[in-house]
Amino acid sequence: MSDRVIDVEGVSKSFGAKRVVDKLSLQVQRGEIFGFLGPNGSGKTTSIRMLCGLLTPDEGQGTCLGYDIRTQSAAIKSEVGYMTQRFSFYEDLSIRENLEFVASIYQLVNTREAVDAALQNLGLQDRQRQLAGALSGGWKQRMALAACLLHRPKLLLLDEPTAGVDPKARRDFWAELHRLAAEGITVLVSTHYMDEAERCTRLAYIAYGKLLVQGTPEELVAGSGLSNWTVTGNGLAELQNELAHTAAAEQVVPFGSSLHVSGTDGAALEHALQPYFARSGIRWERGDVRLEDVFIHLMRDTADAPP
Amino acid sequence: MNGFSWRRLRAMVRKEFVQVSRDRLTFAMMIGVPMIQLALFGFAINSDPKHLPTAVLGAEQTEFTRSLVAAVRASGYFDIRATPASADEAFELLHRGDVQFVIAIPPDFSQRLVRGETPAVLLEADASDPAATGNAVAALSVLTSGALRHDLKGVLAPQQAAAPFEWRIHRRYNPDGITQYNIVPGLMGVILTMTMIMMTALAMTRELERGTMENLLAMPLRPAEIMIGKILPYVLVGYVQVAVTLLGGHFIFGVPMVGSLWLLLACVLVFIVANLTVGITFSSLARNQTQAMQMSFFFFLPSILLSGFMFPYRGMPVWAQWLGELLPLTHFLRLVRGILLKGYGAGEAWPHLWPLLLFIIVVMTVGLQRFRRTLD
Repeated sequence: MSDRVIDVEGVSKSFGAKRVVDKLSLQVQRGEIFGFLGPNGSGKTTSIRMLCGLLTPDEGQGTCLGYDIRTQSAAIKSEVGYMTQRFSFYEDLSIRENLEFVASIYQLVNTREAVDAALQNLGLQDRQRQLAGALSGGWKQRMALAACLLHRPKLLLLDEPTAGVDPKARRDFWAELHRLAAEGITVLVSTHYMDEAERCTRLAYIAYGKLLVQGTPEELVAGSGLSNWTVTGNGLAELQNELAHTAAAEQVVPFGSSLHVSGTDGAALEHALQPYFARSGIRWERGDVRLEDVFIHLMRDTADAPP
Repeated sequence: MNGFSWRRLRAMVRKEFVQVSRDRLTFAMMIGVPMIQLALFGFAINSDPKHLPTAVLGAEQTEFTRSLVAAVRASGYFDIRATPASADEAFELLHRGDVQFVIAIPPDFSQRLVRGETPAVLLEADASDPAATGNAVAALSVLTSGALRHDLKGVLAPQQAAAPFEWRIHRRYNPDGITQYNIVPGLMGVILTMTMIMMTALAMTRELERGTMENLLAMPLRPAEIMIGKILPYVLVGYVQVAVTLLGGHFIFGVPMVGSLWLLLACVLVFIVANLTVGITFSSLARNQTQAMQMSFFFFLPSILLSGFMFPYRGMPVWAQWLGELLPLTHFLRLVRGILLKGYGAGEAWPHLWPLLLFIIVVMTVGLQRFRRTLD
């Protein structure tokens, strides 16, 4: 097997007349934490389902873990851990019962040992008798991850795993993902959270079923061509209203006690902001372009031109 | 602000209507159920069944026997369908359920009639369903004096007002006409139909509705494993229900157990599987548990009304009988009543068993195809 854990070319899927994924090409290397970003309904879930053999693509081909995604979905399923967007374990079973069920489905040799180890790894021993339905979002997500890891998959496909989970639990979750990646497990994770995107080793941005960009976070920031100014001081709300009519200031976003102004044409932006630089009570500074700016920018570009 | 607000009420009512109209199946059910009920209750159901199939066993052909048969026919309750040559043949017809009655006219009927000896005509009735035979038997009893009035004239005219002959009525399989003998075995089928279909229909849609199906499919499980794994526990549940009904029926209501228990249990298995295939098919059609419930109910209603459980099967018009033939419960009722009350053996059970098997094959084929499609 090559180092390309996922390697698909021109994969498409339609539901009825709607083309949900359009000629997606994606390469993911072993040990990466690959972030999959895009607005709601952009085709992230459908793409992930095609990668793990749940859906058959209409066209295109590729491999996942070296298996053909069209013909070898059974082999893929046994080596991939897929965590669905919605909690998809049994709420009327306890944590332990759920894990034991999953372990038996994967025909693990020593179910009890495997479940014990999984409970231990994710700190679930004390709660193993609790019904899954009684757990909070963070614990549910932990349990789901434990279940996905039971059969020691080589690839984890996580579909918005941290939606509705508190920041502390999210941080722990990501620490766990990095630990897994260090062990050589490849992770593909879709998310809406920018702080999570920044923790990925590589990212892809998908909108309306089309993959728009992919690269490391630094590459994406550099490739966006955006410039950014940060303003702090008084009267920022009025300033925001005034800047709303300035074409070069494509994004004007309040951020705590500051205002972030960014645009693709750096020179034009600077020129347009010139009149405000001298205004009293506020301070202008060149800022760093953040991933969020890049994605909002991408989203706006595509939103204007739906397929 | 806090008083009763018509505007808020209107908003609530409107929202409810919009939701109902979005759920097409519920909407169809609301219109469909009363229409079907009307058709079934109005046209098909008849608690006073007439034209019941009858065999006449009569050695002689005289004007008296002809008049007798004509009078029996004229009552409207009896359709003479067969004239078997021997008593064995006649009772075989009754046993198989091909006829509801056998009228046996003794060989010396005319002779004894002429002698004024008040001969007896035997009426063997399949009384396993007392409701189906009750009125017919009652109609027959009043028929003695008038039947031969035109034939017995002059010197033959009866001296007194006494009837020229008498009926001897044998209620077979259920001599005391105990309703429970008929209802309890039937209940077994009704209970199985209701729970088996509903349970499986719900079990599968529950996985879909709660999103756990996606997880099942992402794991290395085969569709057949999912399906059989979902069905098997309910087969067991079904057998528990059968045990409860049988024991309760036997010890509380004294329902007899003439035939083989093993044959009954084998037939039960076929019937359970038939219902489970219906449940699975419903679950692949329904988008949520409510719809699955509605479909089960939709199937359950005609099962109860047209199968012969609640109303005599032979009382229904032919089109309704055909509809009834399509329902597994109809065949199961014949099987279970036949085995419990009449002591059916495998050979006699078979004519009612193969329709169930055919039903399973047809529904399974349709259901599996639908099921596969929902997975992708």
